[in-house]
Amino acid sequence: MTDNDIWVYVDQFQGAAMSASWETLGAARDLSTRLQTGVTALVFGVNAEAIAREALACGASAAICCDDATLADFRVEAYAALLAALVVTRQPRAILAPATTRARELIATAAIDAGTTVMADAIGMEVQGDVVLVTRPVYAGKLFCTANGVGSHPLFITLRPRAFPKPAAQIAEHPESIEHVQAVVAEAALRVKVTGYDTVVGQVSLTDASIIVSGGRGVGGPEGFAPVRELATVLGGVMGASRAAVDAGWVPYAHQVGQTGKTVAPDLYVACGISGAIQHQAGMRTSKVIVAINKDREAPIFSLAKYGVVGDLFEVLPALSAEMRKRLGR
Amino acid sequence: MHIVACVKQTPDSAAQITVADGRVGWGDAPMVVNPWDEYAIEEAIRLKEKHGGRATAITMGPERARDALKSCIAMGCDGGVLVADAALAGSDARATARVLAAAIQKLGDVDVVIFGKQAIDGDSGIVPLAVARLLGWSPLSYVAQISALDAGARTIEVARLLEEGRQLCSAQLPVVISVVKDINEPRYPTFAGIRRAGSAQIPIWNLGDLGLDQLQVGSAAATVAWQAVRAPAARAGAVEILAGDSLGKTVAMLADRLQTEKLA
Ligand SMILES: Cc1cc2nc3c(=O)[nH]c(=O)nc-3n(C[C@H](O)[C@H](O)[C@H](O)COP(=O)(O)OP(=O)(O)OC[C@H]3O[C@@H](n4cnc5c(N)ncnc54)[C@H](O)[C@@H]3O)c2cc1C
Ligand SMILES: Nc1ncnc2c1ncn2[C@@H]1O[C@H](COP(=O)(O)O)[C@@H](O)[C@H]1O
Repeated sequence: MTDNDIWVYVDQFQGAAMSASWETLGAARDLSTRLQTGVTALVFGVNAEAIAREALACGASAAICCDDATLADFRVEAYAALLAALVVTRQPRAILAPATTRARELIATAAIDAGTTVMADAIGMEVQGDVVLVTRPVYAGKLFCTANGVGSHPLFITLRPRAFPKPAAQIAEHPESIEHVQAVVAEAALRVKVTGYDTVVGQVSLTDASIIVSGGRGVGGPEGFAPVRELATVLGGVMGASRAAVDAGWVPYAHQVGQTGKTVAPDLYVACGISGAIQHQAGMRTSKVIVAINKDREAPIFSLAKYGVVGDLFEVLPALSAEMRKRLGR
Repeated sequence: MHIVACVKQTPDSAAQITVADGRVGWGDAPMVVNPWDEYAIEEAIRLKEKHGGRATAITMGPERARDALKSCIAMGCDGGVLVADAALAGSDARATARVLAAAIQKLGDVDVVIFGKQAIDGDSGIVPLAVARLLGWSPLSYVAQISALDAGARTIEVARLLEEGRQLCSAQLPVVISVVKDINEPRYPTFAGIRRAGSAQIPIWNLGDLGLDQLQVGSAAATVAWQAVRAPAARAGAVEILAGDSLGKTVAMLADRLQTEKLA
């Protein structure tokens, strides 16, 4: 490992890496080829060494691990102090992390210790000369902005999930290059304690999903989500919702897509009984293919969609699910 | 208890945002309190109602951002502070955090600071964590519920919303919190509140009042340079409306498209 490497923070939960971490590693490899540097993966917490091996198999040239009791649960103070200490002593060129909740807060905090700030939610990166240019959406994706770091500080960048491709796993080129480091903050100095988890409320990982089928006010009630959920299941996707459906209490907030919900970028987004208000569009406009199913041909969602069916979702969805089930043998 | 809510004034979420000659504009769309910050204001008012004390709103921005503070007072905050200074133009998240941290320190007796999750213009969600770090206070972000607060023992218990579910945490005051939409239902201003807001005295603090130097903020201190702003490319092509002779034909057409696009 050399100074000036590109670092990738690998976000993980209870010993399993988030898939957006590997997308980030792939993007880092592209940068490193252009800048002729190595890529170092950083893995903190439970099972760090095994995840570090996965990182090497995804193309990292080295890994730094810290598996310490103080890091067993993600706590931003403990994680950020360690990351900042490593950054300040080793001076990497850039620190990339997936824009997951944990990694966002980690990067925002560590950047302060390193005397700089963050380019959040990158959807594109390119190298011009030896400058890294980052493209990120602003105003809920209504504009794209291109930025670069100023001065000699390392760059801290978070990458939006599903904006960069996931690299194929390969045989690790440097299977031996895992370094273990010590935590830098003792338990007694940490003021936030994790007392447990409550995972009962229908958690869904919309940001990672490649297929999302969403329902809106048009589904009419909690039972109206049944055909929406069925199509999601048949297609192997997850279920989303508009704010109108969430605010009505028909589905939990974890399903909400939009400006005040999740920003998603699946390969396929099916909007059922959703008008396509600008705040809903903010969360789904970068989906690759959008399908709209709505009674009202004038609904704004049709101006975003590639395919549309004008009709009653209670007729269209069951018929479509049956057709897909037949074709896919499910 | 002294609770502070940090709020930003942003263009309305429905605004048509345009860019001309590299400048961002939003026509005559109204300026509003950043929607995520409404949850922060509501939670600040609830904490004060439950535990006593007062709730203060702080904003950093131009003179017109005073209106955002009036909205906070109309909802039930006891007062507001506007931080305005010509040198603040072009501040990045770190500079903004420096200013807000300095304002919180100037208030002196603050126990809990509450932020929104992110601002809907810059969409970065960095400022709350940066402020927590600069103050050296316990950071609790993405809070979906404050389940307990003991003013005497100075402890707080919260649930944070992660991808996998809720992480339950306890911490010592003072704390810096950012909240998600799950936490509450923001109230509407009352008639009495609007009247109080109309006559409220809102002090303006400048850099000198905060003991900050011009070189620590604004474009002078920026660590990120914005090169270009552009509108995203429009989506190619108009919608293809699928309509067969029967429902069965229509869904078969859609199924064909999904399979040709390798989506199913
Ligand atoms: C600050 C702010 C933030 C917001 N954040 C979000 C957000 O994050 N996400 C979000 O979604 N919204 C958000 N909104 C709300 C947004 O403005 C809209 O109110 C909301 O998206 C409307 O939801 P909808 O499309 O489900 O409902 P509606 O606009 O009521 O549309 C329902 C649609 O269903 C169709 N329909 C009805 N019955 C049927 C049927 N049987 N078959 C087929 N079609 C049918 C109708 O034709 C109509 O087009 C926000 C608003 C504000 C002000
Ligand atoms: N200029 C500002 N004045 C007051 N609070 C702000 C300001 N900018 C950001 N904030 C707060 O920080 C949160 C996150 O903002 P951001 O990091 O810019 O996305 C917002 O929801 C506000 O609570």
